[in-house]
Amino acid sequence: MSTTGKVSAIIANLVYVEVDGPVGQNEICYIKLGDVNLMAEVIKVIGKYAYVQVFESTSGLKINDTVEFTGHMLEVSLGPGILERNYDGLQNDLDQMDGIFLKRGEYTEALNQEKEYEFTPIASEGDQVSAGAWLGEVKENWVSHKIMVPFKLTGEYTIKSLAKEGSYKVTDTMAILTDKEGQEITVTMIQKWPVKRPIKSYKEKPRPFKLLETGVRTIDSLNPIVEGGTGFIPGPFGSGKTVLQHALSRQAEADIIVIAACGERANEVVEIFKEFPELEDPRTGRKLIERTTIIANTSNMPVAAREASVYTAMTISEYYRSMGLRVMMLADSTSRWAQALREMSNRMEELPGPDAFPMDLSSIISNFYARAGYVYLNNGATGSVTFIGTVSPAGGNLKEPVTENTKKVARCFYALSQQRADSKRYPAIDPIDSYSKYIEYDEFQEYLNENISQNWIDNILKAKNILIRGKEASEQINILGDDGVPIDYHINFWKSEIIDFAILQQDAFDKIDSATPIERQEYMFNKVLNICDFDFEFKNFEEVAGYFKRVINALKQMNYSEYKSENFKKHEKELGQILEERKAEPVSN
Amino acid sequence: METKAFQKIYTKVTEITKATCTLKATGIGYDELAVVNDRLAQVVKIRGEDVTLQVFSGTEGIPTDAEVVFMGKSHTLKVGDELAGRFFNAYGQPIDNGPEVSGEEREINSPSVNPVRRQQPSELISTGIAGIDLNNTLVTGQKIPFFADPDQPFNQVMAMVALRAQADKIILGGMGLTNDDYLFYKNVFDNADALDRIISFVNTTEDPPVERLLVPDMALTAAEYFAVDKKQKVLVLLTDMTLFADALSIVSNRMDQIPSKDSMPGSLYSDLAKIYEKAVQFPEGGSITIVAVTTLSGGDITHAIPDNTGYITEGQLFLRTDSDIGKVVVDPFRSLSRLKQLVIGEDTREDHGQVMNTAIRLFADASNARTKLENGFDLTDYDKRTLDFAKEYSRQLLAIDVNIEIDEMLDVGWKLFAKHFKEAEVGIKKNLVDKYWPKQEETE
Ligand SMILES: Nc1ncnc2c1ncn2[C@@H]1O[C@H](COP(=O)(O)OP(=O)(O)OP(=O)(O)O)[C@@H](O)[C@H]1O
Ligand SMILES: [Mg+2]
Repeated sequence: MSTTGKVSAIIANLVYVEVDGPVGQNEICYIKLGDVNLMAEVIKVIGKYAYVQVFESTSGLKINDTVEFTGHMLEVSLGPGILERNYDGLQNDLDQMDGIFLKRGEYTEALNQEKEYEFTPIASEGDQVSAGAWLGEVKENWVSHKIMVPFKLTGEYTIKSLAKEGSYKVTDTMAILTDKEGQEITVTMIQKWPVKRPIKSYKEKPRPFKLLETGVRTIDSLNPIVEGGTGFIPGPFGSGKTVLQHALSRQAEADIIVIAACGERANEVVEIFKEFPELEDPRTGRKLIERTTIIANTSNMPVAAREASVYTAMTISEYYRSMGLRVMMLADSTSRWAQALREMSNRMEELPGPDAFPMDLSSIISNFYARAGYVYLNNGATGSVTFIGTVSPAGGNLKEPVTENTKKVARCFYALSQQRADSKRYPAIDPIDSYSKYIEYDEFQEYLNENISQNWIDNILKAKNILIRGKEASEQINILGDDGVPIDYHINFWKSEIIDFAILQQDAFDKIDSATPIERQEYMFNKVLNICDFDFEFKNFEEVAGYFKRVINALKQMNYSEYKSENFKKHEKELGQILEERKAEPVSN
Repeated sequence: METKAFQKIYTKVTEITKATCTLKATGIGYDELAVVNDRLAQVVKIRGEDVTLQVFSGTEGIPTDAEVVFMGKSHTLKVGDELAGRFFNAYGQPIDNGPEVSGEEREINSPSVNPVRRQQPSELISTGIAGIDLNNTLVTGQKIPFFADPDQPFNQVMAMVALRAQADKIILGGMGLTNDDYLFYKNVFDNADALDRIISFVNTTEDPPVERLLVPDMALTAAEYFAVDKKQKVLVLLTDMTLFADALSIVSNRMDQIPSKDSMPGSLYSDLAKIYEKAVQFPEGGSITIVAVTTLSGGDITHAIPDNTGYITEGQLFLRTDSDIGKVVVDPFRSLSRLKQLVIGEDTREDHGQVMNTAIRLFADASNARTKLENGFDLTDYDKRTLDFAKEYSRQLLAIDVNIEIDEMLDVGWKLFAKHFKEAEVGIKKNLVDKYWPKQEETE
């Protein structure tokens, strides 16, 4: 018999429940309020009192209202039909809900129970299998969706029977497994998994080493991220975090995109709803929406479910990774999640840490980031979850707990600068402060050498050096005046401007410029660095700016043209002519 | 406050703090309203039989034998067409000597719109102010605040925007308005013959500050009635949200909550987001647009109130006095309407985007030239021309007293380009220059 209880105290969405039996930490319960059931999660137990956080408004709740415990933690349903869905933080299908307004206590089925999928077996009857093993596959859009041995099963099992090729609903029995004692376990296409636990049905998690192409030049060319890597984007409001994440979700070379809209604006999610069904994924020719799942728990939706939303998204990401797919998960904004933790911690009157955030914020963040990664599955296939979160630091000041704790764990740091955003140098990623730790990984360097280009890392270091020199030069010019410095200072400054305008800056709203394939990036990067290698001859500083503006203009025109098109070549030729006017001998390195 | 005869009256208050009082009671719902000796209060905590009430106007003078009556419901507003033209206080009671409103009674804490049911905002709102229409175009369903120092004429600008926008209803939520400002709004609306389109919920500086916490929800409940039930375009004006947030901090402080940055409650972001996210474009044509005021102290936007607001709203409009022309302008650098790209060049003329960007770029060049001048460096001929341009641009376009159609704003822009610069210097696409660059005689 399951445990029940009675409400004994209410403080906003924190409710004390007097229970009549065993309860578990993080167990889910439902509180009866009239004819609706409010979902809640146990966050603390003291004696016969369970403290639960309610995922909805508790308005009208009374002492002695009844509570039923479910015996399980917050779980998501995993199975075919997750792609293209728009879920709330608790995996309710938003499209299945009636009416314009969200109703309290309305929960909808995450997966379509009626739809039939074409199943093809992969394993055979008699096979020995364990959690995560692929039994068969169905087509979910263009993705080969694996039906797996449930992750919850521990130990070895024998496949007693396996469904034949044919069409099945998600609730149909796909296999019967037997354990060592001969006990039978029925497997359908759906399995449940508690969101706060990582799915670990893989053999090994090596350091990630494969470039993940994003098409964003300032990332790929300067601070590349890898399949299974982690990164974060801190920046003040309006600096371009969301625009950058949307660009990644459209362009990144991933099989699956999971977007957690966590405590941000609803209109931004509407933009995705509107665009993704129309936009094409250039690599597959399919609509972007077909590879995408959106977890929308916007700022006006229940705060407690905000915390759940990032875990729901991560669990779905890990599920698709177990099928041998490359998943990219994006969360905007992880600060809102931390704030939700803070609100609850304050309500529980816990001892506060810095800025009133909970003391264990650091470990919560690092455990979460640790779930990303590149894995070798038990069958030798590989899969990855790449995770990039945004951070919204109070007052734009990076010395605050969420930024600092994230910096400890995320390997790529994409700092958006207010100054760059103000001068409309988008994307506003600061090229000097930002970094990718992956470029220090031997295995990543090897991968680049073998698969992309021999001099990628050298180019990165060289470009950063030019940018730093340019910055120094510009500071000197500001202090001493245009004619107070040698002409070389002007040239150095303008060389860094070339990299800025031709490589770093990228128009997220232009059809061609918004996404740059890696081959094209290499071509342009080499071209630009090559220009920076030249010595230029000028008589006085007044000639410098005008000349380099022409160089930059030609390069920008190239960026706006179809790669290697007539137009592209025309501007390239113009560029060549401009360079001929001034260039002296190449500087010897 | 009226009470009903059959309701149980409690008279044993066991605990009184600055903001709350606690008593023993049973069968009480969370968030329920109560009256404590004629003062409105709301349940904020229940522990067994101990019920804690937050008294909106403060607990000064409340005795332990105060009469407490629970009302069995949370805050409500009676909605109906009769709301139009009326003035109410924060509790939704008439303050204009008019009759009580009859209509459907609705809880003011309505649920959120399902995000998949929202439409993308797409309808331009024109205000005649070029600093807004040209550089920071507004769209129905948008939420955007004015960031202004307290001495800026933000209430005047808000009233102007409200009357010029083609809204079916204008709902004013006044928080901590001085009596003069309240009368100002009343007058302006009266004189414009617009009273039948306007509904006001007003908390003035004479009312207890905590009461103003109810104002946004009241205003937005009325807004939802007209936008959803009547499919109307509703414009909600909230002024001053800084005073609203101050009231939040008073409450959380009195309740001994741990403050976060700038003594604001840790939930400030969620509290503000719940209000601003009510801005929405509904699928059936109705919409709620929110234009708010957030006053700054000393122009500091890193303070928790403007900072959290900036993270929530879809841009911000900065008011600043331009010393060059001695007028208040909409600052083109620090202002941003994040939804402008939805309408620029789509609902407006093809050259809108280019004219906007070019003018702002030239204005930025002018500001660099000014810095040079201040640092004692020589100005080039180009620098001097940008300064001349900037002055005219400020006066003819950025100043808030400009009132012209968008096409005319664009024409003025071209005229200023041609007067001060050569075609090659403005760097606008060739086909647009060919079409719109004024002929010689026009600029003379
Ligand atoms: N790459 C870009 N190209 C052009 N414009 C951009 C780009 N990135 C940002 N912007 C401009 O900046 C505005 C704000 O960007 P965005 O919404 O991404 O900011 P944000 O950092 O997510 O802010 P918040 O923290 O408030 O959510 C956009 O509406 C757009 O006008
Ligand atoms: Mg954002």
